[in-house]
Amino acid sequence: MLTGSEIEDGLEDAMRHPDPVIDIAKLSLTFQTNDGPVHALSDIDLAIEPGDFVSFIGPSGCGKTTLLRVIADLERPTAGSITVNGVSPEQARLNRAYGYVFQAAALYPWRSIAKNVALPLEIMGLSRAEQDARIKKNLELVNLAGFEKKYPWQLSGGMQQRASIARALAVEPNLLLMDEPFGALDEIVRDHLNDQLHQLWAKTNKTVVFVTHSIPEAVYLSTKIVVLCPRPGRVYDVIDSTLPRERTLDMRESEEFLKIAHRVREGLKAGHAYDD
Amino acid sequence: MTDISLSSSPRGTSPFTGLMSGTTGPVAVVVLAIFAIWYVAAVGLNAPFQQELFERAGRADVPMNEFVAATLAQDRPVLPAPHQVFIEIYETTVEKNITSKRSLIYHSGITLSSTLLGFLLGTALGILLAVGIVHSRVLDKSLMPWVITSQTIPILAIAPMIIVVLNAVGISGLLPKAMISTYLAFFPVTVGMVKGLRSPDIIHMDLMHTYSATRLQTFLKLRLPYAVPYLFTSMKIGMAASLVGAIVGELPTGAVAGLGARLLAGSYYGQTVQIWSALLMAAFLAGSLVALIGVMEKITLKRMGMAR
Repeated sequence: MLTGSEIEDGLEDAMRHPDPVIDIAKLSLTFQTNDGPVHALSDIDLAIEPGDFVSFIGPSGCGKTTLLRVIADLERPTAGSITVNGVSPEQARLNRAYGYVFQAAALYPWRSIAKNVALPLEIMGLSRAEQDARIKKNLELVNLAGFEKKYPWQLSGGMQQRASIARALAVEPNLLLMDEPFGALDEIVRDHLNDQLHQLWAKTNKTVVFVTHSIPEAVYLSTKIVVLCPRPGRVYDVIDSTLPRERTLDMRESEEFLKIAHRVREGLKAGHAYDD
Repeated sequence: MTDISLSSSPRGTSPFTGLMSGTTGPVAVVVLAIFAIWYVAAVGLNAPFQQELFERAGRADVPMNEFVAATLAQDRPVLPAPHQVFIEIYETTVEKNITSKRSLIYHSGITLSSTLLGFLLGTALGILLAVGIVHSRVLDKSLMPWVITSQTIPILAIAPMIIVVLNAVGISGLLPKAMISTYLAFFPVTVGMVKGLRSPDIIHMDLMHTYSATRLQTFLKLRLPYAVPYLFTSMKIGMAASLVGAIVGELPTGAVAGLGARLLAGSYYGQTVQIWSALLMAAFLAGSLVALIGVMEKITLKRMGMAR
């Protein structure tokens, strides 16, 4: 028999420690190649809470993209355990628990923007009316209303990437996985999209896992920054951001911001020997 | 000010540049060159026989212009002059009833029907094979070598066999000829479609994986649209090959009808003008069919939004 205060404590506890969206324990992934095994990921422990914006940052070869692909069930770990929404990554993929945004927009050139957003919805077998509603809603969300009938080649790189984010959101997942989505864009467009992505995250309250190798981008967007280092790919540091949830681009000049950026930079330096 | 001087920079300083910038100019030049070479070759190749004719007639001193005119007006020249061929084509198309056995249109129609049937069967077979090869490792390993081997057999050797075997089982008429076209046409379609169906980027395949798309959905929504430009390119080659197949297929049937029959009959009786008119007709047919596929390609790609 529980007393009222005990239940309250339990609730409070649950509020503070909700079930993680992604729970990774002792996870390793080794690729077998002709030159012997490559330890892409080694002994990763990580929990990502609902509503978190988590960035994976590290030099190339640190396994940040591989880790994201493991979460998306695009790679299988060779050891350890991982759950996404409390189930295996495969089951989560089958449940369409996440939307994935690739480095390139990967829009289909023969489909208009609206039809590109409709692609996952067609595969899910949604009704035409439901599809149309979701296309409208998500294109508005990424400020692409009015571009429904355009083809990808008629849009700029930044707009294409926004369309691909709308496509990922249209599935209505609680989790958004983004693999260096703005890596190919110039600094000005990137700042702009970072701002838009932040607002989108604040509006939709989704959990976002974001791979990047830009320190300002990681610090500006994240509530949690995971610094990875290579050979073997492992977690070097996990930084909980002390910045308020609501971010503005001006914040990047603040002392707080620079302090976090400094810690990330130190982590990258320590985890990576630059002489090789 | 700079804008104005930039935009009005002179283009095409001589009238010749303007003429050659479109397609008409260059095409006309090439056609004229071909005719010039053709006439020169006709005079040269027909001259020895003409010399003999004049000698037999006892005329030793023939004026040059009469001699040249005579080489271009022989009944059975080694190489007929272009105007002889065109007069023959005119006489056997416009001046003959279409149902007449001497009408080139009648013969072209026969060849065209077996070309088209063979082409359709070949394209269907080619796509089918490609789909199997792309989706099954076993088929890829086992079928592809045979597909390639099939094309190393000379078609001229296997064509009579196909006709004879099919005749023996009671199949005659259009189908055996079409089969030879099919045999030639399926190969470029298979090779092109295998390449096309495998052309989607890894990132696109990964995308379909994240959507948990079935193989059928991936095929219909990703692989097939990606393969469409490849299909049209292969179909152009397949169509030309199909026409060759139809003509070859008409040779062993005893030269009853079709452009192949005209070629064979022409060579029996030394009717070089007839051979050349059939050849030109075949070339015209092939050109038109390939151009037709080109038009279909343009329309399809435009409707798919892939043409810019």
